[in-house]
This record gives sequence, structure tokens and C-alpha cells, in this order.
Amino acid sequence: MNEDLLKVENLTTYLASRAGIVTAVDDVSFSLKRNRTLALVGESGSGKSMTCLSIENLLPQNGKVAGGRVLFKGEDLLKKSSKEMEKIRGREIGMILQDPMTSLNPLFTIGHQVGEVFRYHKNLRGEALKKAVIEVLEKAQIPAVAERLNSYPHEFSGGMRQRVAIAINVACGPDLLIADEPTTALDVTVQLQILRVLRELQQSSGMSMILVTHDLNLVERFADEVAIMYAGKIVEQGSVKEVFTRPMHVYTRSLLAAIPRLDEKVDRLRTVPGQPPSLINPPPGCRFAVRCTLADDKCRTEYPDWTKDGKQGHQATCWKAGEAIK
Amino acid sequence: MPENKTPTRSSGLAKKIQIVMAVSLLVIIILAALLAPFIVPYGPTDMSLGDSLKPPSWAHPFGTDSLGRDILSRTIYGARISLFVAFCAVFIAGTTGGILGIVAGYFGGFWDALLMRFADVQFSLPAVILALFLVGSLGPSLTNLIIVLSLANWARFSRVMRSEALSLRTRDYVLLSRLSGASHLRIMVQHIAPNAMGTFIVLVTLDVGIVIILEATLSFLGLGVQPPDPSWGTLIADGREYLSTAWWIAIFPGIVLMLTVLAGNTTGDFVRDKLSPTLSARW
Amino acid sequence: MFNYALRRVAQSLITIFIVIVLIFVIVRIVGDPTHIMLAPEATEADRQVLREILGLDKPLLVQFMRFLGDMLSGNFGMSYAFNQPAMTVVLDRVPETALLTFSALALATVIGIPLGVISAVYRDTWIDVVGKLFAVVGQSAPPFLFGLVFILLFSVKLGWLPTGGFEGPETLIMPALALGWYSAAGIMRLTRSSMSEVLESEYIKMAKVKGIPYHVVITKHALKNACLPVITFMGLQLGVLLGGAVSIEAVFAWPGLGSVILNSIAGLDYTVVQAAVTLIAIAFTVINLIVDLLYSMIDPRIQYA
Repeated sequence: MNEDLLKVENLTTYLASRAGIVTAVDDVSFSLKRNRTLALVGESGSGKSMTCLSIENLLPQNGKVAGGRVLFKGEDLLKKSSKEMEKIRGREIGMILQDPMTSLNPLFTIGHQVGEVFRYHKNLRGEALKKAVIEVLEKAQIPAVAERLNSYPHEFSGGMRQRVAIAINVACGPDLLIADEPTTALDVTVQLQILRVLRELQQSSGMSMILVTHDLNLVERFADEVAIMYAGKIVEQGSVKEVFTRPMHVYTRSLLAAIPRLDEKVDRLRTVPGQPPSLINPPPGCRFAVRCTLADDKCRTEYPDWTKDGKQGHQATCWKAGEAIK
Repeated sequence: MPENKTPTRSSGLAKKIQIVMAVSLLVIIILAALLAPFIVPYGPTDMSLGDSLKPPSWAHPFGTDSLGRDILSRTIYGARISLFVAFCAVFIAGTTGGILGIVAGYFGGFWDALLMRFADVQFSLPAVILALFLVGSLGPSLTNLIIVLSLANWARFSRVMRSEALSLRTRDYVLLSRLSGASHLRIMVQHIAPNAMGTFIVLVTLDVGIVIILEATLSFLGLGVQPPDPSWGTLIADGREYLSTAWWIAIFPGIVLMLTVLAGNTTGDFVRDKLSPTLSARW
Repeated sequence: MFNYALRRVAQSLITIFIVIVLIFVIVRIVGDPTHIMLAPEATEADRQVLREILGLDKPLLVQFMRFLGDMLSGNFGMSYAFNQPAMTVVLDRVPETALLTFSALALATVIGIPLGVISAVYRDTWIDVVGKLFAVVGQSAPPFLFGLVFILLFSVKLGWLPTGGFEGPETLIMPALALGWYSAAGIMRLTRSSMSEVLESEYIKMAKVKGIPYHVVITKHALKNACLPVITFMGLQLGVLLGGAVSIEAVFAWPGLGSVILNSIAGLDYTVVQAAVTLIAIAFTVINLIVDLLYSMIDPRIQYA
């Protein structure tokens, strides 16, 4: 009975740049059920943020969705008008942005900025509005809320601002929360706190979450499913347990191998050398081939088909899925 | 909410065409000014009372004025004078103001504060009024005009060059120079000035248009270039009383003036995009 | 904040002092005013008597102190042409010029800001092209040229508006528009670039993520942040507009401060010129001071040490 809350099918997004048209998101498909967390993992430029912006139809001026469907509760979001999307955003779908230092308007108090969502989506005013604002800020675990309502964002630390952003986005009880690298700009000690807040909110409300990150430790702790993105495409996806214990794609395997472990003594950290390819004229074959230690001519010329493992949807696009890494 | 269109690359082309047109126009006008004596169909002061107030024709593309003088020839000579005055004034204001600004920004302290107060003095009066006051006091001659235009204009250069010097003087290579014993003069000449040159060029290009307009205003009011020398401003003033009967006397010089400043501003914007995009609109 | 204010006020006072000294010096350069003040038949002895009366034979420093003292009590000498105290002549004309200047500024703002916002929101569309054209034309010609073109078009050819003078709102329209176009262009460009920058910011993305209607995002969220630099710019425009007012007043026969300055220069009535220039310099130094202080108060983030 647990049907998909969100189903992304063959999503493709273009970005115009001075050098040409970049295919930032290339034929990406995944799905997410209720009360589940999907982690979207990749390095900078892999397309994870653009995917999220495409879902919300909030691409920058030089971007455009070129194809595919984004089915949310059965309806294609890409076909909706601006007005319809305005009703969905903030109410049914929330999104936390990466940098808390710039995502809050410096000229409005935080009480006002949180209150806006209640004002527009639930039509609250006056005392009811104030009460709702205090309530949701407390849920985001911000101390001494009542005195802080008239403070400005610059009076808060990064961690606090991110909590305000969380409060803003969960205020109306959304079904889906997209968290775009919510902790990347914060101290390590604060990171776990923020994610715990998110986890508790999720458990108490049953909302689904897309967690965009490049930190595999967070994925392991907080996500149910994971999709690994590289150069605009999803190269491996499945449940976190399966992907982490039986990774197929060489890229995934290299990422996992690169995580330093406390019980190992190493002289040098393992890295994955090289750079992702240009997305204006991507190579015909596997895009990771240039950096891959196992790649052969077939890898370079033929884009790999999906190789499946198990029955829970674990799959990867890699010709070398079974081979051991040298 | 505006829908995102499929991104294209054609907007870059439009911009390129603009720049080419602007620079070409500028080159044509400057060449015309330089070669004026050789290319004008009539002398700028040649009168022909029988031909007075004639509308534009093949013989006189810009028409004639009340004394039968050919407007086209006078306009070309006007370019000569207006551009000469503008370039001189910008050069003087730019180098003087720029050098003062660099020295002030580099050394800081009392002299810096003093210079800034003098700059404030220039900023406390609108350029036109300051220029009127000075010309009114010193007397209207071509030399005085150039001096006055420089005096009404130098502070802008000082301010910008000063802030350039302020930010450049803390650079590592400057500190290294000091440690190796270079004199302040050497550092300013070898390190500060060359690195500030980009911004300086932007300022100069954008300033020419401003000075052309300022000179035209003064000449229009009778306190700039003096008759019989033609400047665009005096030509427009000549045409003023004939606006209803012989509009071409004032309008054609006006159009040429506008096109010149337009070309200059477009070129200046382009230069700024390339050399110093962060230069704020305030200066 | 207080220290900053104190510093700025001190700077302004120094600037005003330098202005006064310079005006004093320049007036001395102009020469001996006794030649103008007396009839041409007056003898040198007469002039010497007048010099003693005016105190022109005293040492320069004494003259300066007297000058300063006179100025502080509002005495700028007598206007020969009007036979009134120079400052009275000047102050008499201020309202007309103020009306012209502020009307031009108001028009420039009312046209420039919306045009800039629309250009930013509909960036790179034909609307933006029209807006940029408006701005580019406005900054390429002196105001008096616009004035003449307007007269040619609207008075001579179409007969809609009077060619000049000072009676009723019809005589204000063309001068204010001609004067204000240059400022409108600058305001439009600044608004456009400021707005474009703000629209790309993260907090605007956040506002959209919240589902706030787009027109509210633009007018409430973006505009408030974008108009900070525009406000200081507007303060600076007053100076530009006053400068342009001189030639506009000449073109449209508008009886203001600009035309009185021009006439006084032509008529060698230097006390009036001196009074006007001093008044304007002090007024603008004070205006710049106020604008700077206001700016630091509007933005809650700015803490001037």
C-alpha cells in the first residue's frame, strides 16, 4: 500500500553557459516512498542540486527542464503553472538550501520570515500566527524562541540559521523535504545536531526526505536509499545497505574505499584522481572511464546498461560491476 | 512569473555588433575631426547670405544657418574643438587626480585626509555650477575652459585611484619590495600604478562623454568656447532662436553630439566589463 | 555609530571651511570690484574712498575675517543689479529651482525604478531592450538638448505644450522631463543591476521555495534589498540635477536660481554669484552628510566602528 510519493522519470535539464549548453541532469530516474529518506550523492557539478531545483521548477534564469516527468502524488509537477507550484512549494514540498548564511533575508526578522509560510499557506494572523511560529521554532530546537522573534538573521550562528530554515520548511507539514547539503557549510559538531533534528521531525510527521550530500558517513547514518550521481547521470542506486555492502560501480567502490577509517593506519589518504568530463559534449561511453582503473575500450565507447543485483532495485551502469579492483 | 526560455547563445552576438558599431562610429568621428580641414565641403566661417536658412539638401546635407554657413562643415569643425577640449581636460584631470589619489591612498594619514577634503569641495558643487563660477571669475578663453573642466572633474579620479592604492598597498609583492629596500616612489611607479591602470583606463573612457556634455553645456550658455570658433554647444545655441523655422541648425549638431557620447559610453561600458567589472556606478 | 557620525560631521565642517576660503580667494582674483561699482567717470580717488569703506585696503587676513564674519551673519553684500542684499536675491529664487529639481527627481524615480525592476525581472527580453535603450539615450545627451527637442516636438510641431515660462503645471512638464531623463537613466540602470543581483541570491530562492507568490517576492523581498544603493544614488542626483537646471532654466525661461546665476555672471554682479555658490556648496555638503548617516541607519547590518 506504500505507493511512490515522488517518481522522477527521465529528467533532463539544460543550463546555458558561455561555452555552450551543459546537460546538467541527464536522463535521471528514481522514486521515493513515504516516510523514507533518499540520499543523492555526488561530487560538485554532478547534477544533484540541479535535480532538486528541477523537481521544484526553480531553475536559475539560464536553466530549463528539457524532458522527463516529475510525478508527485501522481501529478506531473513539470506541467503545473507557476501559481499551482506556488501553492505546492512551502506547503507540500520544502527545501533547505546549502548556505544558511545567505538563505535568510537580512532585512526581515526571523519571526517574520517564519510567519510568512503560515500567512500564505494557512492564512493565519495575529495571535494564532505568533503561536504557530513559536511552536515550529521550538520543534526545530531553537532555545528561547519567544525573545528571539524580533531578531535579525545576522544575530544568529550558522547552525541556528539552518534550524530556522528547517522550521520554515516543515511549518506546514510537507510530505517531502529536500535538504540540499544542509550541513556542508557548518562545523562538524553542528552537522550531527542538524541531521538529528531533521530525523526527529521526519519520524514525528512521516515526511519523506531527499538528502543531498557528498558525505558518505551521513548517508550511512541517516538515509534509507541512495542514488550516486556522476556527471549528470545516476550511476548506481539502491538501498543504503545493499549499495554500501555490495557496491557495483567502480566509482562507488572508489568512494567507499576513500573513506578514512580510524582503525587503519595509512600514510596517504586514498583519492580518486582526475576530473569529471565536460558536460557540454560528454563522451559517448561511461563518463567515469577516464578516471577508472578498470576501464577498457568498451567502457569508453558504449554507455553501460543497467546491471541489477538482488530484487530490491539495486542497480548500476557499469560494465565492470563484478570485477575486483586492482 | 517569466518562464525560462531555452537558453541560446545569440545574445552574445548582439553585444558584439553593438561594440563594433560603437567603436567604428567613434573612429569615424575622431578621424573626421582630425582631417577636418581636408574633408569639409565649405569653410566653417564661410558666409553666403544668399544661402541663409536653407533646409538640408545635397549641397548642404545639414542645411545652412542665418549667415549662410554650412552646418555640416561647422559640425565637423565643432567635433574638432569639442573633442580636443574634452581629451585635454580628461587627460589633465585624469593624470593629476589619479597621481594625487595614488599618493594619498598609498601614504594615508594627514595628506590623504586633506586631499579627500579638497575632493569633497569639488563634490559639493554640481560640475556645471562650479565651472560657471570659475569661468565667470577667470574669463572665458580656450585655455581657461580646459583648466576649468579639469578642475570640475579631477576628484572622481582621485577617489577611485586612492581606493585602488589602498587595496594594492597591502599586497605581498609591495611588502616584499619594501623589505628589499625599494623607495616609496619606486613602489608606486612599479607596482601600484601598473596594477591600477585597468581601472584608470575605464574611468578615462567613461569620463570623456561626461566632459563633452559639460563643455557643450558651458558653450551653449555662452561661457565655453567663444565665437566664432564652433563647438557643438555653440552651434546648438545658434540654432535655438530658429528652432521653429530652421530646426536643422540646432538639431544636427545635437544628433552628432549625442551619437559621439553614445559611442563613447558604449565603448566605455565594454572596456569596463573587460577590465574592471566591480567598478561601482557611483563614481 | 556615534563616532562615525561625529567624524563625518567634522569632515563636513572642514570641507565647508575650505569652500569658503576658496571662494574668498577666487573673488579676489576677479579683481577690484570698485571698477564695476562706480560709474566709469569716477576718479581713482573716488575708488580709493570706496576701497576704504569696503575695507579692501586692509591686510588679506583681516579682510578674510571680515568676510567670514559677514558670511556667518548672512551678509553677502549687495547685488548691484537688483539693489537688494545678494543673499535675498538668491533665496528668492530657490523655491522655483527647488520645484523644478524635485519634480525632475520625482519623475526620474517614478520612471526609473519600475523600469529597472521590470528590466531585471524580464532580463534579455524585448522589454529589457527598450529599458536599456531609454537609459542609454538619457545618458548620451545634455539636458538642454532634450529640452530643445521636446520644444520642437511638443510645442512647435504638435502645439500641445507652451514653449516656456512659469505658469501652471503645463510649463513644468517639459523642463522636468528634459532635466530628469539623465537621472532616470542612472536610476534605471542601478535598479536593474542591483535587482538582478538580488534576484540571484539565495534568500530569494528561499522565498520562492516557501511558495510566496512571485509578485510578492519581487516587490517585498527583492525590492527592499535592491533599493539600498539606489537611495544613496538618488541623493547624489540632486547635485547633477541642480547643474542641469541651469541650462534647462535658460532653455525654458524658467525664473530660478540657475538663470539668476547666469545673468549675474554676464552682468558682473559677483556678490550674487558668490552668495549662490556658497549656499549651494554648504547645502550639498549637508545633504551628502545626511545621506551618508541615513544609509548607515537603514541597513541593520552596518556597524560603523
